[in-house]
Amino acid sequence: MTGEGNQVMNKRVFQLLADNTSGVLSRISGLFSRRGYNIESITAGTTADPKISRITIVATGDEKILQQIEKQVAKLVDVRDIHELKPSESVYRELALIKVQTNSVLDRQYIMSNADIFRAKIVDVSPDSLMVELTGDQSKIDAFLNLLSDYRILELARTGIAGLCRGTDGVVWI
Amino acid sequence: MIGADAMVKCLEEEHVSMVFGYPGVAICPFYNSILQSDIRTILVRTEQNAAHAASGVARTTGGVGVCAVTSGPGATNLITGIATAFADSIPLVCITGQVNSELLGSDVFQEADITGAVESFVKYSYLVRDAADIPRIFKEAFHIASTGRKGPVLIDVPIDVQNARMDKWSYPDSVSLRTYKPTVKGNMVQIKKVVKELAKAKRPLICAGGGVHLSNAQESLRSFVEAYHIPVVSTMMGIGVMPTKHPLYYGMVGNNGQPYANRAISDSDLLIMVGARVADRAVNQPDLITKDKVLVHIDVDPAEIGKNAGPTIPLVGDAKHIFEDLAAQDITGAYEEWLALLESYRERMQPRREEYADHVDPARFIRMLSEEMEDDAVYVADVGQNQIWSCAYHVVKKGQFLTSGGMGTMGYSIPAAVGAKLANPQKQVVAVCGDGSFQMSMMELATMRQHDVPAKIIVLKNNYLGMVRQYQHFTYHDHYSVVDLSGSPDIAKIAAAYDMDCIVLENMEHAKEAIRKFLDAKEPILMVCEIHPMNLV
Repeated sequence: MTGEGNQVMNKRVFQLLADNTSGVLSRISGLFSRRGYNIESITAGTTADPKISRITIVATGDEKILQQIEKQVAKLVDVRDIHELKPSESVYRELALIKVQTNSVLDRQYIMSNADIFRAKIVDVSPDSLMVELTGDQSKIDAFLNLLSDYRILELARTGIAGLCRGTDGVVWI
Repeated sequence: MIGADAMVKCLEEEHVSMVFGYPGVAICPFYNSILQSDIRTILVRTEQNAAHAASGVARTTGGVGVCAVTSGPGATNLITGIATAFADSIPLVCITGQVNSELLGSDVFQEADITGAVESFVKYSYLVRDAADIPRIFKEAFHIASTGRKGPVLIDVPIDVQNARMDKWSYPDSVSLRTYKPTVKGNMVQIKKVVKELAKAKRPLICAGGGVHLSNAQESLRSFVEAYHIPVVSTMMGIGVMPTKHPLYYGMVGNNGQPYANRAISDSDLLIMVGARVADRAVNQPDLITKDKVLVHIDVDPAEIGKNAGPTIPLVGDAKHIFEDLAAQDITGAYEEWLALLESYRERMQPRREEYADHVDPARFIRMLSEEMEDDAVYVADVGQNQIWSCAYHVVKKGQFLTSGGMGTMGYSIPAAVGAKLANPQKQVVAVCGDGSFQMSMMELATMRQHDVPAKIIVLKNNYLGMVRQYQHFTYHDHYSVVDLSGSPDIAKIAAAYDMDCIVLENMEHAKEAIRKFLDAKEPILMVCEIHPMNLV
């Protein structure tokens, strides 16, 4: 893609509804890898109808790539719907589990008080570590991790975001 | 009734008349059941060619080609054939046997994860878990393969599923695929926009791709351009949409196309691409094409539109429907000046080629061959210099031109010609290959002999992998590497070994008589033409 194409890299959140067939996730992720699309995160789970999965994909690319992603994914036989979850009209949430090394009571107090402000929960304690569970959009999690920059993070698990549109206008009935 | 019986009944329901394949234990129940049916089975000599032969059937009948092979290496050998069909959007249903369901994933003898392996070359694939699903899956597979943007669908059937008892049989009348609904009708608002652009345009041009053949839109396109005097060029896959000698046809575009066709593209102010990908081989710098012209892109696959070139007017739908809708519109526009200009380009920009005496000249030979061929003959070009010569010099009258355009798979022509001939016994079918591509598929002479397939094979022989040699000649200044075909067999002797005649043509002196004799033969026949290795495309 050379020439006049819009080269500005954008991040976009896509929501997919797909038949919950064996291999549907590999069909989708295979499409991303063979066409060289950048995927930042992908989360999947069943909807209220167990035959259908809701998949949230965060992808980056220029406008042309993002359009291709939407069209190529829509082409997959198992995919019922794909559309963008626009930030202004949607709720995004990500779950993070953060295991931080704590060397003193002071450390613990600092982390626990910050966790409080972020409405995070302490879910595990050991003599030299704390595990924090935090839910929020990506910027909230990034902000919390920033506060811990002086601490040693032993392990970090982030789920990638899941999202839904606000209200009933954008609900896809299938 | 067992699963394998159901598979065969499904093929009967889909009016499949022949299956190409190669058996093995894992597909044996199917091949046992098919003995009860009138469906013809054709044993090819390597699995890849089963897919190519099925492609030859699909492209000459407008139906779906079917092949069936065994698990493991049988299935993996099929992959190149499937990828070739996928690249050219050819509808196939490929059936593979699979090891026992309970053993899946344990790397037993002849187990290969074929649905995983072909994922990027199929429109869809199925691994059948329950024999009761066979009717639905086959119905869906034929539907998916033959609608929207066509393509291959693979059905992998474990041997225990083929052997499983089925209590009841019923074949669904329709498919209920809520996730798969291709757009066929073009949007009227977009069509009206095209009409407006045609009225404004001074130099409109239609570039027809393989999609025009796939939607069977050749006639609707032809009558449309004849009514409004709009010139047409084609991609390689679009050859044959217009008869080569049609006054409104200006040849094939692309880096191996006619210079006047490329000039027509660059001079046009309104370019209507239909059923073409606007890929690198057809259009130089596709992303810049909209700089100086209005681009209308018609394709049944919305993902093709805007992939390589941003269109001014995207138009999703089936080419046949769209040209019928366009023809019903009131179109004003006069393009006589533009046609006169194109005519002058055609006269002025004829490529000059060197001729080598004492050898067969491919240009003159192919022209002569086309003149002698029947009007509705099927010409199958292989891949290499022979393909480029065939594109440039074969004169399509009312027949078809088949080749592997997207994938460029060497060895395609002979098995595809076998399929085409079996499906169209009344038509003349000629495969034209090089000595490299011939050797990739020469085992299929046995298939032709065994099943009495009087297809005709021409080998343009220069003792080199000519296309690569030519590339090395220009790019690496005659540093030739691994392109020498020394050690090749005497093709006339090969033909004799299969009890076939072979005409060897050393120069142009008796070419016409030789061609007549070749075309008049009732049996399968070969013809070898000695080409000078420095004869370049």
